[in-house]
Amino acid sequence: MSNQVWVILQHRDGKLHRSSREAIAAGQQLAAQIGGRASAVLLGSGVGDLAKEAAGFDLDAVHVADDGALAGYTPGAYVGALAPVIGASSPAYVVAPHTYQSVDFVARLSQTTGAAYVPEAISFEEVDGELLWKRPILTGKLHARVRVKAAGTVLVTVQSGAFSADSAAAGSAAVQDLAPAALTSDRELLGVEQVGSNEVDLTKADIIVSVGRGVGKPENLPPIEELAKELGADLGASRPVIDNGWLPRERQIGSSGQTVAPKLYLAVGLSGAIQHLVGMKGSTCVVAINKDPSAPIFGISKYAIVGDLHEVIPALTEAVRAAKG
Amino acid sequence: MRIAVCIKQVPDTEARLRVAPDGRWIDEDELKFVINESDEYAMEEALSIAEKTGGEVVVFTVGPERAKEALRKALALGAVRAVHLVDDAYQGGDAAATARALAAAIRREDVGLVLTGSQSDDVGYGSTASMLAGHLGWPHAWLVMGLDVEDGSARVIREMEAGMNEIFRVSLPAVIEVQAGINHPRYASLKGIMRAKRKPVDTPSPGDLGLDPSALGAAGSQIEIVDVAFPDSGAGAEVLEGDPAAAAQALVEKLRNEARVL
Repeated sequence: MSNQVWVILQHRDGKLHRSSREAIAAGQQLAAQIGGRASAVLLGSGVGDLAKEAAGFDLDAVHVADDGALAGYTPGAYVGALAPVIGASSPAYVVAPHTYQSVDFVARLSQTTGAAYVPEAISFEEVDGELLWKRPILTGKLHARVRVKAAGTVLVTVQSGAFSADSAAAGSAAVQDLAPAALTSDRELLGVEQVGSNEVDLTKADIIVSVGRGVGKPENLPPIEELAKELGADLGASRPVIDNGWLPRERQIGSSGQTVAPKLYLAVGLSGAIQHLVGMKGSTCVVAINKDPSAPIFGISKYAIVGDLHEVIPALTEAVRAAKG
Repeated sequence: MRIAVCIKQVPDTEARLRVAPDGRWIDEDELKFVINESDEYAMEEALSIAEKTGGEVVVFTVGPERAKEALRKALALGAVRAVHLVDDAYQGGDAAATARALAAAIRREDVGLVLTGSQSDDVGYGSTASMLAGHLGWPHAWLVMGLDVEDGSARVIREMEAGMNEIFRVSLPAVIEVQAGINHPRYASLKGIMRAKRKPVDTPSPGDLGLDPSALGAAGSQIEIVDVAFPDSGAGAEVLEGDPAAAAQALVEKLRNEARVL
């Protein structure tokens, strides 16, 4: 068993994904913890410039699999490229960002290689000589600490924002070729599409009133829309509200929707699942209105009102109106 | 075509949760249990494909005795029968152990498509079905927001970050992991609920599936939960007290004069 840590880099349109720098930071910290060194693994086609960019971090090496079959992402080709080299080198850990792309193939890579998989890690700590991984459970309401029982390589995907991209140490690494075996894709790629219209841009909003599942039913929206109007705010929503068809998809905030950072973010009946928090935690001032005081949204809020939103919202609209005189 | 749907019964995440006395999981005593949200969408997707193509839906779950209620609901919605991996040996497993059990149960059937949700609302590993696909040697797709089944293949729309989807085709059989929001799940009819009572529920033991119990459940898992806790709320929010009018007034005052965002 080596003490090597590998970091799988994600990229799109010739640029390293921000989450890749976070994964590098995580890999470097993990390597320091176990007394090893971190290396990067880059999969793609014509990725020479990206390899040079990755070589500017403090890494042992940047392993590059440059192959036409890796031009577009497919789990078949990715697992085909990674499984044999993980088997041959037995790194202690393989770290990837917890993105919609990574999880799609890392779970499969775990099954193919027999390596244990810790999904959605937000931190690690050593307790009595063993490493424990913290990860959200129950849609982010609680955290669990997880132990790896199995011997051998451990795969980990790290949650967006859990490790700071800015803490990834710069340095100089050698670029090395990984010669992948003949790769087969298991998907015929047909294209990409934008979801919904582009008409609602919440990224430039100063104030956002955001609605969560706690609103209960669409008939309860008008008082919230009235509050938004009184505040001069845009209306946003968490995923369940969109999935239920209560508001259009272009108003979704979170990992699969828009990422926003307004001055004021008023979260109404919104518990704050991690997928939502990653899309709004850059807001200057977060206010939570929720009947459940243990909701995770309170953890990142400056002010909160614990109560029934059907009573609080009209009162708040009235108070805003009165303050404007 | 026979479609297998894998569902999981999970605690209602809207409920107030408490950590169990041993600290290793939540206290389940007074909790309400429901079908995992994205699995309900998988069930709907399967039923609508079966209706269009003249197939049938068989529902699978790994879970204790109480999970029978979730299976009954799926049968009431229109599944023709259920397979319940209820033996103690199957319980408490990580994604790898659960995928191994499901693969053995599904392999006994002539299945052309497996549908399930992308992530459970309890442990949320999001990886069981991709591992299941690995065991079966079939293609898979996670976070699916659109599915068109044609002859021998399926056109898949998969969610990416930041409001983009990718579109591709996979050959069948395949394992498709759907996202909540892909369709509008139906409600069970009274007739469906009555019929469900007579539909068969098979409960194969590990021996029936040719599986070694030590490779299953908690014993066969690669990872395990050590303890659970509510997240550190950091500094936490300043809670504005009083009746709604007083709290609202205090909030507006703070937003204007302290945070200066109004």
